[in-house]
Amino acid sequence: MSGAEAFCRERPFKVNWPVRCAWFAAILYALYAANYLDVSWARFVVGLGNGATFLAEMVPPDFSRWQLLIDNLIETVEIAIIASAFGVLFSLPIGLLAARNLLPSWVTWPARTFIALCRSFHPVIFAILFVKAVGFGPLAGILTLVFASIGFIGKLFAEAIEEISLKPVEALRASGAPFISVIIYAVLPQVLNRFIGFASYQFDANLRNSTMVGIVGAGGIGGTMFAAFQRFDYDFLAAILLSIIGLVMLSEFISIRIKRVFQ
Amino acid sequence: MTTRTGNALAAQPERSLRVEHLVKAYQPGKPVLNDISFEVRGQNSVAIIGPSGTGKSTLIRCVNKLIPPTSGAVFVSGENISRLSGRALRHARRKIGMVFQEFNLVERLTVMENVLCGRLGYVSVWQAWRRTYPQDDIDRAFALLESIGLADFVHQRADSLSGGQRQRVGIARAIMQEPHVLLADEPTSSLDPKTSVEIMEVLVQLSEVHRIPLIINIHDVELARRFTSRIIGLSQGGIVFDGPPAELSNDHLKTIYGGEAWLQ
Repeated sequence: MSGAEAFCRERPFKVNWPVRCAWFAAILYALYAANYLDVSWARFVVGLGNGATFLAEMVPPDFSRWQLLIDNLIETVEIAIIASAFGVLFSLPIGLLAARNLLPSWVTWPARTFIALCRSFHPVIFAILFVKAVGFGPLAGILTLVFASIGFIGKLFAEAIEEISLKPVEALRASGAPFISVIIYAVLPQVLNRFIGFASYQFDANLRNSTMVGIVGAGGIGGTMFAAFQRFDYDFLAAILLSIIGLVMLSEFISIRIKRVFQ
Repeated sequence: MTTRTGNALAAQPERSLRVEHLVKAYQPGKPVLNDISFEVRGQNSVAIIGPSGTGKSTLIRCVNKLIPPTSGAVFVSGENISRLSGRALRHARRKIGMVFQEFNLVERLTVMENVLCGRLGYVSVWQAWRRTYPQDDIDRAFALLESIGLADFVHQRADSLSGGQRQRVGIARAIMQEPHVLLADEPTSSLDPKTSVEIMEVLVQLSEVHRIPLIINIHDVELARRFTSRIIGLSQGGIVFDGPPAELSNDHLKTIYGGEAWLQ
């Protein structure tokens, strides 16, 4: 009887004091940091007033310089398309070389290192590097996004290949097929659909990033947008932002259509 | 077409497989296969029986060097393939057809593409990429699919077929290689009893028509007795029985599988 009572009194869940202390410390630190950085309610209210003025100056959007706007948008789209085309083209073999289930480690680790390098910098940092290396203009933007694409699709593609069934690969190796033929017949059919998905997603990302690389002078609409910011040209800025939204929505619509074709 | 193939075959020396003192040890000192020797010639069908984990699959994969043997030699129609590597090994593998337990088809390709995969060792990468196979290969593939009852499924994707149909495609792919020996690794284990019998019929019949020695790993002793002319019993990595099905007694089965309750 006394044993049953003891059992009832025992807590069903253990109290983990170290975890509780950690949560408490985290909350304390957040409060301290907010205080230190002057994030306070009063500061927030001042910010709101400022934001209202800013928004008011953006309306109505000024589309009077639409020719400049169109030129910039076209350049942005061109950067995205060229970068996606080359990015996809290069990431296909690099992703393949990085697949550890098909190739020995002395092949995969250089490929994986290259992919990791491509992923290690944010596109803005790549853009700054390439602007310094090849000068202002769309070429720097294209190179930036090619490397960003390789980092992204190359990694996902390698992972997709590592998840395939190796049974057909075994069968074709047993039939004496050359390695490349094995890739074409037993590997690509298993990953093609996913690869098209990655590529269209990357095109989407490239389109959004190509509106940004212009901020550091790597071509596209970003440069004009940054200039509008600096000249307090907020109504033109609103026009630029609206047209970027339109562009991204349009590409979303097109990519849905393209994916439907391949399904 | 049969006569043409027949004449061509008559001119060739008899197709054969000879395994000599084959040893495979994944860990040194612990051989999975220990000194295996046997020979199969002409239109003979041989069943290899034995308990799971006794190295049947390893044995079959040592023949085409999908698994490299530790020592010993394998001869296909007289050619020693155990020392080959690279291109020479690929060319030798064309002479060894293989049928798998789980079919190992490319699910997303059509039946015809899967069958023509058997010719990948003969066509260049460029031809393979553009799907331009010699007309002779295509004619043979159509005839073969017709003969095993898959003429209506030529353009269907492999993943739309039933198990028995898939295994037929797998067999057709192996036959397309014009092999000198046909290896089947548990070809009926993923199939129901009726389909298993049909698949064994197809295998034996095709091996007889094309005069290809057939080696089947199988754990169904009754199917082995019914369809093959010779049985090799493996136990603990060694051959413990080698002879016609009529000579395979319950005593032999006890030696091969151990225990006896299952024989009642």
